[in-house]
Amino acid sequence: MRIGVPRELYSGEKRVATTPEVAEQLHKLGFSLAIEAGAGQLANFSDDAYREAGAEVIEDRKKLWADSDIILKVRAPAEYPEQSINELELLEGKHTLISFLWPAQNKDLLNKLATIGCSVLAVDSIPRISRAQKMDALSSMANIAGYRAVVEASQHFGRFFTGQITAAGKVPPAKVLVIGAGVAGLAAIGAAKSMGAIVRAFDTRPEVKEQVESMDAEFLMLDFEEDGTGEGGYAKVMSDEFIKAEMELFARQAMDVDIIITTALIPGKPAPELITEGMVESMKDGSVIVDLAAEQGGNCKLTERDEVVVKHGVTIIGYTDLPSRLAAQSSQLYGTNLRHLLNDMCPEKDGNITIDMEDEAVRGATVIHKGEITWPPPAPKLSATPKQPPKAEPEQAVEVKEEKSGAFGLLATFIIGGLCLLGLGAVAPPEFMSHFTVFVLACFVGYMVIWNVSPSLHTPLMSVTNAISSIIIIGALIQISSSNTIIMYTAGFAILITSINIVGGFAVTQRMLQMFRK
Amino acid sequence: MTQGIVTVSYIGASILFILALGGLSHQETARRGNLYGMLGMGIALLAAIFGVVTANYPILLGGMVVGGFVGLILARKVEMTQMPELVAILHSLVGLAAVLVGYANFLEHDTSITGINKTIHDVETYLGILIGAVTFSGSIVAFGKLSGKIGGKPMLLPGRHWLNLILLIASFWLCADFVEQSAMGNGVSPLIWMTIVALLFGIHMVMAIGGADMPVVVSMLNSYSGWAAAATGFMLSNDLLIVVGALVGSSGAILSYIMCRAMNRKFLSVIAGGFGTSEGTTSAGSGEQAGEVTSIDAEETAALLLDSKEIMIIPGYGMAVAQAQHTVNEITKALKAKKINVRFGIHPVAGRMPGHMNVLLAEAKVPYDIVYEMDEINDDFSDIDVSIVIGANDIVNPSAQEEPNSPIAGMPVLEVWKGKTTIVLKRSMASGYAGVDNPLFYKENTRMLFGDAKQSLDAVLKAVTS
Repeated sequence: MRIGVPRELYSGEKRVATTPEVAEQLHKLGFSLAIEAGAGQLANFSDDAYREAGAEVIEDRKKLWADSDIILKVRAPAEYPEQSINELELLEGKHTLISFLWPAQNKDLLNKLATIGCSVLAVDSIPRISRAQKMDALSSMANIAGYRAVVEASQHFGRFFTGQITAAGKVPPAKVLVIGAGVAGLAAIGAAKSMGAIVRAFDTRPEVKEQVESMDAEFLMLDFEEDGTGEGGYAKVMSDEFIKAEMELFARQAMDVDIIITTALIPGKPAPELITEGMVESMKDGSVIVDLAAEQGGNCKLTERDEVVVKHGVTIIGYTDLPSRLAAQSSQLYGTNLRHLLNDMCPEKDGNITIDMEDEAVRGATVIHKGEITWPPPAPKLSATPKQPPKAEPEQAVEVKEEKSGAFGLLATFIIGGLCLLGLGAVAPPEFMSHFTVFVLACFVGYMVIWNVSPSLHTPLMSVTNAISSIIIIGALIQISSSNTIIMYTAGFAILITSINIVGGFAVTQRMLQMFRK
Repeated sequence: MTQGIVTVSYIGASILFILALGGLSHQETARRGNLYGMLGMGIALLAAIFGVVTANYPILLGGMVVGGFVGLILARKVEMTQMPELVAILHSLVGLAAVLVGYANFLEHDTSITGINKTIHDVETYLGILIGAVTFSGSIVAFGKLSGKIGGKPMLLPGRHWLNLILLIASFWLCADFVEQSAMGNGVSPLIWMTIVALLFGIHMVMAIGGADMPVVVSMLNSYSGWAAAATGFMLSNDLLIVVGALVGSSGAILSYIMCRAMNRKFLSVIAGGFGTSEGTTSAGSGEQAGEVTSIDAEETAALLLDSKEIMIIPGYGMAVAQAQHTVNEITKALKAKKINVRFGIHPVAGRMPGHMNVLLAEAKVPYDIVYEMDEINDDFSDIDVSIVIGANDIVNPSAQEEPNSPIAGMPVLEVWKGKTTIVLKRSMASGYAGVDNPLFYKENTRMLFGDAKQSLDAVLKAVTS
């Protein structure tokens, strides 16, 4: 099948849906590739480079669309009156269009596309499952946006990021606060950190704490228990109390930090307002805010979309085209994402794609299948971060069972023991029984006393009980006064050996115990 | 001294002994507990010497002075690694004393006791001698095994359960015979026969128990020495002996039970001998290589240790044999000075007697608050960068969890393999006392440091401090 890559017409859009490198690989998959002349120019890819990679370069836009089966784009197709071009009119029923689409925000466009009868795959709708990571263009674009946010911030920030001590004086390191530690946030953390700044990060999802700390940044904690993890690993809307605590944290941080990078987005909702005008006012002059959520209304009250404004001495950057500002890099990553998607759709490697609605990744991306709207897809089966399985219950069940058998065993022991005692009591004389009472009670005392012994003391305990058991010397002492010489000597010998035991046992215990120390 | 004062002294001594055992339950009160024990013994001895003894003081004092002197020397001289042997040989003395007192009492021929009382008295005498003899010979064999004079492997006679049964029946029969003959003022020969049977029984019982079960045996013999004292107390109608004997007997029994539980084994199966009947078949697999082992040298070990933040040291019998506890402490100090968190994980049956490792570490002055029990630290291994296993084998064997047919299946083990890296110090690839191959050594994150534990650790210490 033939792939067509038109030039992006949206003003300021520098990206292109494929690069020469990707074109070559698509060729290997069996596709033939045509590209509109000058499509890669703004991303520094010349037409010649595409030609070398085996792509056909076509001047005529209409011919490119008409001859292609698959259209790869960055932006969703739209009408551009100032250039008197309407991409929707160029689409035909045979086309399979792959681009960003944002079906949730662009219902009208979705309907229009459906009436054309083509198939449309929205790369922004690819589910966040492990297998589909290689085609997750949102992540790769967010990564670039995060990196670029730091670059933009450094451009408007009048100081070093890193601290230095120079002959001309001491330079303190910049303090950067990153709000929202998703892909963009983590990329921003990494970039700011590698420039030498002190980086702090906040996120409503506690599980990202480790990721933040793995980037060597400080994770700011709220004294508040609420998990902000929503479906598919994205964040969800938090409770009012949480937001209040969160805002207090931001207010405190705003006074301290030099740069704030906000990346807080909740899927399908306007961006939460996290930085109020008051906080901006409280920031030091010359500080910078980069609002990566500007497209969805902005995390900062004063953000103006696609503009850089200075308010209360703070530069607020509201660019929505950060990936486009790193056009070569983002084209490269985006093109590779698309290639992975096509690779999965073309299992035979013969240049023919099939839209397999059983394939979870393809199914998620497909918003229109042969003129029929198939959006939204069914919920993904697996979250990117599986929730902790509830595991406490089965263990408890086991414990209960053990206890029961233990209790039964104990009962049986008691019954048997009781019967034996009864039998003994029936025949034994009272004198014996009084000794026996003492014996049984002493056994119980021993049981009670020893049960809680700390394991590290087992050896001293044994040597001390050994010493104590030489109380048998009393027996020898009772006998030694006997007039019978044999008995006397026997008892004398018994006294000798038990004395060894008494002194030896206590002395060695004492020696051991003296060694135990904190 | 009147009988009343003697009895009161006995009561005081009994209370002090209970306090002694209670005190020994915790580190903070342990030393006080030992003092209570000494005090109790002192009171009991004084009461007996001044209240009961009426003649033959020279022999009494001579025996006590000589015995005390010998005991003191023993206690001073003994190496901490030899504690198990010392405790075992001291047990044998109690057993022997019980036998002697029993015989002496029998020879007394107290004619005032008649009828059922006579029968009970004879049975008591008989039991005291029996338990004493078993304790005596069993302890001697345990001493031999622990000190290496007798091989550690279980000696399994064919039909040994039948042999035990025959010995048991024989002792019952001899008991009946003895009571009968004693009633007629006779009975020396059944008593001597029984003593021989009991001695054989003690030898056979301990011979059949494997080295790894020694902690159980030592505490079991401890328990027996208590029961012997209690039986003697019944014989002499002396409540102090009964109380103390019962205390020691029950505490020893509970200790044995705790040990068995730590190994997930039934008390009876330990007593019945060794690692069961499967010993012969399992040890056959020990020489086989189940995979590649990765060895490491001392310098690399030191580098690994210095790179980590959390270290867990798991000592085993090998540390005791190599006398490496002082070097271990030096390494611990050096690492702690570099802000590395070093902890010790002690398996309940590590070593050859209960709490053996704690005593050794304490001797080396390792602070006891960094020494943890298995249950306290077993969940922490996922955070551990390096675990060092010093001469331990079965207590870190994953097949206890992974291999249902393993002889040690179900025994709780220290889950070192869950940590990032494990370093195992070992003399060679020989299997542990249980004769079971250890898959831990073949795990990807395990490194073997072969050689004598002391020498290896000395080299590691040198590399760590330089």
